[in-house]
Amino acid sequence: MKTAQAGSVESNDCLVTVSEASANEIVISSIVDAFFHSQIENVIKSTLEELSINNVKVEIMDKGALDYTIKARLVTALERMGK
Amino acid sequence: MRRSTLFIPGNNPAMLQNADVFGADAVIFDLEDAVNITEKDNARNLIHYYLATHSNLPMEVVVRINGLDTTFYQKDLEAIVSDNIDTIMLPKARVEYLVKLDEILTRLEKERKLTKKIKVLPIVELAISVLEVNEVVKCPRVDGVLLGAEDLSSDMEVTRTKEGKEIQYARSAVAMACKAYQLDAIDTPFTDVNDPEGLCKDCGNAISYGMNAKAAIHPNQLDTINELFLPTEKLITWALRVEKATAEYAAKGIGVFSLDGKMIDKPVMERANKILVKARKFGAI
Repeated sequence: MKTAQAGSVESNDCLVTVSEASANEIVISSIVDAFFHSQIENVIKSTLEELSINNVKVEIMDKGALDYTIKARLVTALERMGK
Repeated sequence: MRRSTLFIPGNNPAMLQNADVFGADAVIFDLEDAVNITEKDNARNLIHYYLATHSNLPMEVVVRINGLDTTFYQKDLEAIVSDNIDTIMLPKARVEYLVKLDEILTRLEKERKLTKKIKVLPIVELAISVLEVNEVVKCPRVDGVLLGAEDLSSDMEVTRTKEGKEIQYARSAVAMACKAYQLDAIDTPFTDVNDPEGLCKDCGNAISYGMNAKAAIHPNQLDTINELFLPTEKLITWALRVEKATAEYAAKGIGVFSLDGKMIDKPVMERANKILVKARKFGAI
C-alpha cells in the first residue's frame, strides 16, 4: 500500500500521513482537539476537494499547527505519494 | 533602504508565524541552507501557503532560493513567485546566474500577471563573486548585495574569525560597488547569537567599511542592528543643522558656507541629506 508523510511533531507543526484507501477518511489527533477538531477537518476536506482527491486516508498528529501549515503538509504528503 | 534583514528557516512553522513581529526591515524565508535536502518540497509548500494567507506583511518579504547551480531553484521559483513577495535572494551569485534569473522572473511575472517587478538580492559568497561584484551590481533587478562571509571563508580556505580581518577586502569591495550604484550593502551575519558585545563590534566594523545594513540569524540580534545601523543622535543633530543652514544660505544665493568653522559644500550637504533620509525613514526624527 502506498503511503507518505510530511511535517513533524514539533510545536506549531503537524505530521501528516497519507495512504491509499477506497474513499477519503480522516483521523485527527490534536493537542487542541477540543477546540479545533472541526477546523482541522475542514482544512483537510477542502484541500482534498480542491485537488479532486477522493481515495486517501489522512492521519494527522497536530501540535498546534495553523491552517496554512496543515494544508502545506497535506499537499506535500500527497505529492510524495504521487497524487 | 534597509538596516536589518532576518533569516527565517523555511521549514519552521513556529518561526514563520511570528515573522512579522520581530522588527526586521526585511525577513528572508530560507529555502537554501536552513532546509535539509530531503525537506525542500516541504519548505516550498509551507512558504507558498504561508504567503498565500499573509499578503500584507509589514516588512519586505524576501525568499532565499536554492542556487542556480542546483536542481532545486526552478521548483523554488515556481512555488513562490507571486505578488506576495518583494525580493528573491540568490545564493552563490554570478553574473551569468543573475542574467538567467532575470529571464525566468520576467517570464513568470508575465505568465502570472504580477503587478510588481520582483527585486533580486545576490549573495556574494564566492571568491569569483567578489571579483565580479562590480558587474553584479549592474545586473537587472539587483537592489543590494549581501556579503556571505561563511561560504566565502570556506572558498578562500581561511578561518572565519570574530574580528573579520579575513573579509576586509570583500567588505570593501561589496560596499564600494553598492555605494557606486546607490544599492544596499548588507553585511554578513554575526553567527554567535550569545555574544552581544561581539555583535556590536562587528556592526561597527561593517559600518566603518561602508556597509549600511546587516543580516541577522536570530531575532535577538535585531535591536542592536537596527539601532547601530541608524545614524547616531549626534550625526542627526549635525545633519539637521546643516540642512537648516543650507536652506538659509541658499535663500541668500550662497552655495558654500562655514558651520562651526568647517566648510559646508555640496558633498557635505549630500552626506547630511543621506543621514536625514535614513533617520526619517526609520522614525528617528
